Amino acid sequence: MDATRDRQPVLNVAGLRKHYGTIQAVNGISFEVCPREIVGLLGLNGAGKTTTISMILGVLEPTAGSITIAGVDLARHRSRALAQTNFAAVYAPLPGNLTVWENLRVFGLLYGVKDFKARAEKVMDQLDLKKFRDTKCGVLSSGEQTRVGLAKALLNRPRVLLLDEPTASIDPASAKDIRQTIRAAVRQSDTGVLWTSHNMYEVEEVCDRVLFLSRGEIILEGDPKTLPAQYGRQTLEELFISVAREPLELGMEER
Amino acid sequence: MKLSRMAAIPLRQFYLYRGSVARLVPMFAWVTIDMVLWGFMTKFLGGVTQTQYRFVPALLGAVLFWDFMTRVMQGVTTAFFEDVWTRNFLNVFGTPLTMPEYIGGLLVSSMATSAVGLVVMLAVAGLGFGLSFAAYGVMVIPFLLVLFLFGMALGIGAIAIVLRLGPAAEWFVWPIPALLSPFAAVYYPLSTLPPWIRWISHLLPPSYVFEGMRNVVAGHGVNTALLGVALALSLAYILAAYLVFTSVFRHAVKTGLLARYSAESVS
Repeated sequence: MDATRDRQPVLNVAGLRKHYGTIQAVNGISFEVCPREIVGLLGLNGAGKTTTISMILGVLEPTAGSITIAGVDLARHRSRALAQTNFAAVYAPLPGNLTVWENLRVFGLLYGVKDFKARAEKVMDQLDLKKFRDTKCGVLSSGEQTRVGLAKALLNRPRVLLLDEPTASIDPASAKDIRQTIRAAVRQSDTGVLWTSHNMYEVEEVCDRVLFLSRGEIILEGDPKTLPAQYGRQTLEELFISVAREPLELGMEER
Repeated sequence: MKLSRMAAIPLRQFYLYRGSVARLVPMFAWVTIDMVLWGFMTKFLGGVTQTQYRFVPALLGAVLFWDFMTRVMQGVTTAFFEDVWTRNFLNVFGTPLTMPEYIGGLLVSSMATSAVGLVVMLAVAGLGFGLSFAAYGVMVIPFLLVLFLFGMALGIGAIAIVLRLGPAAEWFVWPIPALLSPFAAVYYPLSTLPPWIRWISHLLPPSYVFEGMRNVVAGHGVNTALLGVALALSLAYILAAYLVFTSVFRHAVKTGLLARYSAESVS
């Protein structure tokens, strides 16, 4: 992990805030994601994870702060920055009335994928989707639709990959396969990943680093394998529950 | 502006139409029904009035032109609704696609679908009731151009309403042509209207087209300066509609409406 930290970050978030009137959804968070690094963004529902991802995705304007993707400022050069990004989320399935291939073709054009046919074949192969090539996405199972969303997310070889609970609706065996596929794809590229999940086993398995988000603030950061012990907890799940319920006890009161 | 990104929108529409009877049939069905209904109405009026007035090019032609403009508007709105219906905003607007590219893509989609509608209407009205564009001479080109541009402006304005008010506002969009038609003097001369309504008509580019069309049919000349006004008005409406849509889009990105569109959290 140290080697990856030495590189230029592919995602740089600085002083990011999002307020809705008096509600502070995200309150001045700063972090980086380096190439080939998978960073877990953890927190309770409503902690600000999806708000953060929406802002990095350019579909939600921050109240303050900056987002730099592969050296490109998102606010100033939205299109150039988003060309280096992609995402998959359980709440944003691809249109069910198009086939897998049609969806990939449309998003291949939107992301400017040059060697589209070869690239589409490769991502379909990686995610075991070739047999569904001409099947409408709407008739696929949840797990298969998740894999199509991931195929779209990998299509343009993004420098920043945003995954919002990518395995939320799928069985453990498929989830494991998907984790391995993403991990392998990331290791073979210069992609950095921001990954949200409520599955602490998954986070421990795939993430190089985690950020605990509470009420819009990052209150804890570290290696998911060593972090629990640092705070006297057996597992990451125990630590998560402690962070959620008793942050003061852990000496990580909100700033 | 990248044409390849813009092309993604009409390509998506092509895929949808290719695989859906429910989308293909309305492209032909409604315009055919309109032509048949108004074709017989024209025949009937011609029979009972016993005048030299040329009802086919004046009335059936007006219906055809108005339907064409409606198809242009619906071509834009329907392509946009596909993203609404499939909750696809995050996927589409999280890409490098720019606003001019997105709107451009919707317009290209509309050109294709409205052109199909126009061909079908011409075929039915021509074969069934003897309507021919030759009745309007070369003026048919500016007539269609003005209606095409105004249809685009209506389409862009309509999707701005839906983006601002949420998916349920789709029902505000469908009646727009019907609401405008009395003021656009589609079926009768402008002089039929009371003076205060005529002021509204003068703001609507189609009113110049339909007035000009009736003049051509009656053997009078067309005031090309007025058609120029209609063209300029149409372009101004397109620009205004585009500015409104981009403003609504920026508001949606700022307030979180885009990220949570289906919640209809409009304030």
